[in-house]
Amino acid sequence: MLATLKNARLLSGGQSLMSMMNLRYVTADHLIDLNRVQELAGIALDETHLRVRGMTRQRSLLEHQPLLARAPIFREALEFVGHIQTRNRGTVGGSLAHMDPAAELMGLAALMDAEITMTSEGTQRQVAIADYPLGYMTPNIEPLEILTDVAFELWPEGHGWDFREFAQCHGDFAVVGVGTLIANDDSGMIERAATVLIGVDDQPVRLRDVEDMLTGETPSESLFRDAGALASKHDMMGDALVTSAYRKQIAGVLVRRSLTQAVKRATEQKNV
Amino acid sequence: MSEGQHTHTVTLTVNGDVHTAEVEDRFSLADFLRKKLGLTGTHLGCEHGVCGACTVLVEGEAVRGCLMLAVQADGQEVTTIEGLADIGGNLNTLQQAFMDNHSLQCGFCTPGILTTLTAFLQDTPDADEISIRKALSGNICRCTGYDTIVRAALSAAATLRAGQS
Amino acid sequence: MSGQTFVGQSVKRLEDPDLLRGHGQFLDDLKLPGLLEAAFVRSPLAHARFTSIDTRDAQDMPGVVAIFTAKDLPKVMQGKRILLQVPNPAITNPVTQEPLASEEVCFVGEAVAVVVADTRHAAEDAAERVIVDWEPLPANGHCEQALKPGAGVVHADMQDNVAARFSLGYGDIDKAFKNASHVLHERYEPHRGTGHPMECRGVAAIYDTFAEAFRIWSSTQTPHNTQRGVVDMFDMPEDKIRVITPDVGGGFGPKNQVYPEEMVIPAVAQLLSRPVKWVEDRREHFMTTTQERDQVWELSAASDKCGVILGLKGTLIHDTGAYLPWGTIMPYISAATVPGPYRLGAYKLDITVAFTNMVPTTPLRGAGRPQAVFVMERMCDLIARELGIDAAEVRRRNFIPADSMPYEMGLTYRDGAPIIYDSGDYPEAQAQAMTRAGYDTFSERQREALANNRYIGIGIGNYVEGTGLGPFEGATIRILTNGRVAIYTGATPAGQSHRTTLAQICADQLGVDMSNIDVVVGDTGMMPRGAGTYASRITVNAGSSVQNASIELHGKLLKLAAAKFDVTEDDLKCIGGFVRIKGAQGDSISFSDLAKMTSGTPGYVLPKGITPDLEASAYFTPPQATYSNGSHVAEVGVDPETGLVTILNYTVVHDCGNVINPMLVDGQVQGGVAHGIGNALLERMIYDKDGNPLTTTFADYMMPRADMIPNCNIVHMESPSPLNPLGVKGAGEGGTIPAPAAIIAAVEDALRPFDIRITEFPISPQRIVALIAEAAQEKNGEQSNDAKQ
Repeated sequence: MLATLKNARLLSGGQSLMSMMNLRYVTADHLIDLNRVQELAGIALDETHLRVRGMTRQRSLLEHQPLLARAPIFREALEFVGHIQTRNRGTVGGSLAHMDPAAELMGLAALMDAEITMTSEGTQRQVAIADYPLGYMTPNIEPLEILTDVAFELWPEGHGWDFREFAQCHGDFAVVGVGTLIANDDSGMIERAATVLIGVDDQPVRLRDVEDMLTGETPSESLFRDAGALASKHDMMGDALVTSAYRKQIAGVLVRRSLTQAVKRATEQKNV
Repeated sequence: MSEGQHTHTVTLTVNGDVHTAEVEDRFSLADFLRKKLGLTGTHLGCEHGVCGACTVLVEGEAVRGCLMLAVQADGQEVTTIEGLADIGGNLNTLQQAFMDNHSLQCGFCTPGILTTLTAFLQDTPDADEISIRKALSGNICRCTGYDTIVRAALSAAATLRAGQS
Repeated sequence: MSGQTFVGQSVKRLEDPDLLRGHGQFLDDLKLPGLLEAAFVRSPLAHARFTSIDTRDAQDMPGVVAIFTAKDLPKVMQGKRILLQVPNPAITNPVTQEPLASEEVCFVGEAVAVVVADTRHAAEDAAERVIVDWEPLPANGHCEQALKPGAGVVHADMQDNVAARFSLGYGDIDKAFKNASHVLHERYEPHRGTGHPMECRGVAAIYDTFAEAFRIWSSTQTPHNTQRGVVDMFDMPEDKIRVITPDVGGGFGPKNQVYPEEMVIPAVAQLLSRPVKWVEDRREHFMTTTQERDQVWELSAASDKCGVILGLKGTLIHDTGAYLPWGTIMPYISAATVPGPYRLGAYKLDITVAFTNMVPTTPLRGAGRPQAVFVMERMCDLIARELGIDAAEVRRRNFIPADSMPYEMGLTYRDGAPIIYDSGDYPEAQAQAMTRAGYDTFSERQREALANNRYIGIGIGNYVEGTGLGPFEGATIRILTNGRVAIYTGATPAGQSHRTTLAQICADQLGVDMSNIDVVVGDTGMMPRGAGTYASRITVNAGSSVQNASIELHGKLLKLAAAKFDVTEDDLKCIGGFVRIKGAQGDSISFSDLAKMTSGTPGYVLPKGITPDLEASAYFTPPQATYSNGSHVAEVGVDPETGLVTILNYTVVHDCGNVINPMLVDGQVQGGVAHGIGNALLERMIYDKDGNPLTTTFADYMMPRADMIPNCNIVHMESPSPLNPLGVKGAGEGGTIPAPAAIIAAVEDALRPFDIRITEFPISPQRIVALIAEAAQEKNGEQSNDAKQ
């Protein structure tokens, strides 16, 4: 249908697209509804990966107890995705395809080095998350492709995690959001760190410099403070309502707090 | 824009009654319920998915009626505020709790709040105040300031739990 | 008299069963055969001229029935603007909107054409295709900017942007400042917010060609205002124009205005001889429904060394937006409210009302009082800070004492009468609020919190509010032949539970159960004279009218039954819809039979001295406003790193005189506080300097949600009003009025270690963070200067 219909768009959860169409920001002559295509939904969890099919509802992830036990960051992050009504219809693939700068699922994808699969008639194409965003709300999806799968690389059990956002109203678009994963060794030294920011740029920003700074270090308040300061040096978007300077401030604070919590949880996991 | 009107025939069960109707593609589920079925209890407050006044239950889950197309509800079971009271028109436990606690003033947001709470209390029968407030964060009420809504929800939840045991 | 007393009880609402079942009848629920729907073509520019509107492409679109521009409207409307219902000689440019702009638009969203089609979808599709040859003109997005020399004019044919100028004051202000030991100055900037009832506006109309009459439905607070507007616009008598109010999903002030759509929709219904409906969508609401709160205050206070305020003077610039649909009422209210519960020695305020290229401003819950209370309370806090006196103590030293009531405070209210506070105990209200809020032990809690790196603060807000505004709100009460009691009133509820409250009052007098009373509201056809619901006026006015009419009707029932039974009225009583002869075997007659006796049955002779029909009307006219008051104490937590504010505790002492239904008053207070929290922390309608709205959806404009609003601790005081038979005062706005003052004071208090001053509301987390940074920079600057010396 994508090939034959002019000005057609794919409809998944509708929580973003329908809103934009109601406001007449977006028009389409045809909507191709993916909601009835049963095969397009599904969750598969194994030792190393979470594989989610595109039309899986956000709510389904939140109800998947094994996933929440294996990778608790999903619960923390998904509870920020809109509200109950949003998550009942919203889909994983829809959120990734829409690519709002503050999308939590995009943040998780960046954090866990996700691989996204696009399917078109007869072929498939894998795209690493780093290559997926092409510009503001412009994903690496060809006109005749559908985003059908995403694979998240899970961290070994016993890792620490944290996901937090700053927004005045819960469920609203985040001014800044942070996701953190930490693995430390028995002495408490940080072996591996991953931190991502959402809401600060067209695409999620993996804070590689912060991650480098943390790796091999012993956690401490001053380390977290330095990490926050480093994070806030990144370029961040600003507009008439929220300035770049404020985003930087919030990012620095949130990164510091996120790290503190993630490390705490990593240590708690060790002590269990 | 479109050349003419494109329609589909849909069949859905609303509040226990089966309806078959022809509907324009572009009609939201809320539009369909209100205009085609005359069930005007579901209200439109913003049409951009934030205020929650249009919330209805589709297959028992709370969804924003303004963000779902009517055609998408084909073959599905929908519950609106009109379907909450019993056949005799008696208010159900939650509705009665709203009346007892003054949980509505103008009544415009109420249908969306009742459906949201109906689904939520079914999922979380022992919900506490914090989780109820969080569950309601996707519904805006301009009149009440929310406290009496929360009180009614807690009261109804307790009554429903007592009824179960 | 009745056995049961309803007044004073938390009776459950008559309105609820229908609403809870989804059987409310709101404007968009209206079903009329052959109904057409309308969409408006609106200006995308804040200020522009235009000469042509090309509707050719739009006309051809499917479902379109007709498109009208200003020149297509009926001849009687040509060249006319909407009636200004509150004229004032101080207004130099009394300009209101045209039904459709004819050559110039002055705010984004102003309508220039209307498309009528089979469906709203089709009408909007066509509206997008209408082409207007806009010629942009300079635009002003802020009232202070608009008054600067050389500023672009908001209306192209005006010399400047001054809509009105006037002054208010009393006492010898110069002497006050001469004698002061301290003179303090501050600038305050309350910001624009929007009403956002959950139901937007809407209008539907039918023109009856046989009767040559209009039937208009509007989601309004004031059908009589709308009727007056239509009478003037169409040059028709009022008995040919019936305005009916359906259920209204919230009003909060802006729905009391008369809007262009209320002129245009009837006009096109007449031109097309078809019923037409228009429903405002949320984005239109952001852009076209009136707003409030933008002002700039420069105030100086003269204080003695004990913090007693000898005088207060300054200037107020009030933003009226592009038009003046409500005259100068609001800046007037702001100015008159400033002294509040305090005995200011002298007062002088010079007010300039400025035009801007934005949506007009008219009363929004509080009606200019939140701003006035804010500046007065902040000034008290400033005095407290500068003089090193506790904030509550400064207020105590300035309160009007309870034994001074009734107190002539020096100014006149908008109805012309001198402002005399009739009753109220202001010091006691604050004292009770402080006790309930644990104010006296707060500094200890604050120190403890600070030791744990938590910042909490406490703030006070006191207010006095003129309520029960005249001229009247009548009630006609009739016993119907089926025995039911019908009350007709101009009161027009949008959630205030008028039907329940009024039924309570009547039920007590007539001895019936409330379920036997039908209250018909907001219909000019059923109640020809009325004002409507706004300004917290209905319980006072309509309530008193119902009280008086019920008593009169009760008398008629007894008189008629006495004549029938040939007894005296003292032998009779009304119980449960009957008039009974007292005593064990007493005979009785139903209300229904009595009504039938007097309804006009042919051949029936009325007893001597009896007037036909069981009915009584009363138009209670208040001698002046009656003054509610209250005291709020807000406790907040602030995260100085992000600027996020959390309300930890909120205490309200509320005095609205006698209370008809405590549950309903609590609801008004709690709802009002929620709105006030929005005004303090969330709700800012942001325009850029050229008048372009930047917050046009709920994604940008923050509304209070369930997880942000605490349960208020509400304490009731009852200082009955001596000015009406019920002893009641208004209660609808008291929750909102001092909330921004109390909350902002609390935020500032929490951030005391950072030494910031907050002189605006709402304040965003971003702004809090910026103020903290600015204060730190200033301090560093001072320190380095000190170091250099």
